[in-house]
Amino acid sequence: MTDEGPRPPHPSPARGEPLDGALLGAGVPDAPTGGWHTASVSGLRRPIQRSVELRLDVHDRMEHIPGQHYVVRLTAEDGYTAQRSYSIASAPGDPLIELFIERLDDGEVSTYLADVVEPGDELEVRGPIGGWFVWDGQTPALLVAGGFGVVPFVAMLRHAKTLGREDLLRIAVSSRTLAELPYAEELMDAGALIVLTREGHGIRPASRLTAPELVPLWEPGQTAYVCGSASFAEAGSQLLMSMGVPAHSIRVERFGPSGPPAGP
Amino acid sequence: MTRPTRGFLGRRQRDPRLPPGQYDVGADWPVLTAEPTPRITPETWSITVDGRVENPTTWTWDEAHALPPSEYRGDIHCVTTWSKFDTRFGGISVDTLLEIARPTAEAHFVMATSKTGYTTNLPLEHVTGGKAWVVWDFDGKPLPIEHGGPVRLLVPHLYFWKSAKWVTKLTLMTRDQPGFWEQNGYHDLGDPWRQQRYQGD
Repeated sequence: MTDEGPRPPHPSPARGEPLDGALLGAGVPDAPTGGWHTASVSGLRRPIQRSVELRLDVHDRMEHIPGQHYVVRLTAEDGYTAQRSYSIASAPGDPLIELFIERLDDGEVSTYLADVVEPGDELEVRGPIGGWFVWDGQTPALLVAGGFGVVPFVAMLRHAKTLGREDLLRIAVSSRTLAELPYAEELMDAGALIVLTREGHGIRPASRLTAPELVPLWEPGQTAYVCGSASFAEAGSQLLMSMGVPAHSIRVERFGPSGPPAGP
Repeated sequence: MTRPTRGFLGRRQRDPRLPPGQYDVGADWPVLTAEPTPRITPETWSITVDGRVENPTTWTWDEAHALPPSEYRGDIHCVTTWSKFDTRFGGISVDTLLEIARPTAEAHFVMATSKTGYTTNLPLEHVTGGKAWVVWDFDGKPLPIEHGGPVRLLVPHLYFWKSAKWVTKLTLMTRDQPGFWEQNGYHDLGDPWRQQRYQGD
């Protein structure tokens, strides 16, 4: 510091700032990170509107952990590329990688995948990726999804079935309508709480997910996973904290026009 | 060289400000975090510089605001492939904090820690020389909490997960250590012009 100019008030000696909880670390130690591979489209379905389910045969595939994602990269003739991340819906034991992609009207990758791709096409993919929003298959978990946020939870559910440990998972899903919810039947068969915001469901009138509905699913020791749009993820994680779920037990994956997952 | 994807035309307009694989998000500013949004007020916020420094120091909100102001105008790039042009952030330069804390000769890396326990690691030379800020204003207004307010780190030449939201501590280190995303599959440095998104890039 120089002697010229006004002096700032004398700063305090380092005393540090208490954190909200422990430092955030690896979600699962040594989660696999795969490189670029060619994938053949071996199956393609459109079970609900404005979306596409792709079943990909990924050459030299590395086994993933439920909750991880793949990147799909498209390359134009002139070398221009666009890439987006999509959560995996398939269990690690599935020989194919299943993605369920919401078609965004202005999404240059999702419109291509939903409108142009045909079985037999080859796509460039990278994965698996991500070590935070993943489930180890051994610990109890509360899964809270909004809309297409169910996709990583379907991978977890399928993996739990393979392991015979469906008892470890509690699932709550919010969607505008049942017709817009990916994997609705599979989730209902698994006993998931289904909450619809735009139509009634059984005796439940249309409304948002509430704490009294979520409380019976919560048990101390669970890790809570919240996946959905930025606004759903914010509301869902605040709902959990209002129930007393500690912030450090909550893992959040927010997606928006740019897809999951991300840094700040 | 990757083969073209059948039937993919790509966007016609290519802005030279876009690093490879990025797109212009326009006026939007997506919110992406791995943890719940904390509740922080300016009164409860402070920033500490510690570790390999001669003068470990903590600044309160008022003390930090009394330091010489510094501004960043330019673009930001998120690893999820959006970029945002012509942003304007106000706060202080990280250089100012380091001038007071005085890194020792063996300080080569920095770990930024957030109130939530989020961490991210950076080489020291990437936060010095006018390349990094601690910011509390966006477009002349207080930085919203969902975007890291009241105060976040800003290292705009790297992918935005390096710009830790809710930053409260910078720890100078001799050796590099992985931060949060760096332990979870993401690249150690994160240079968008070299597409350093994931481990191994």
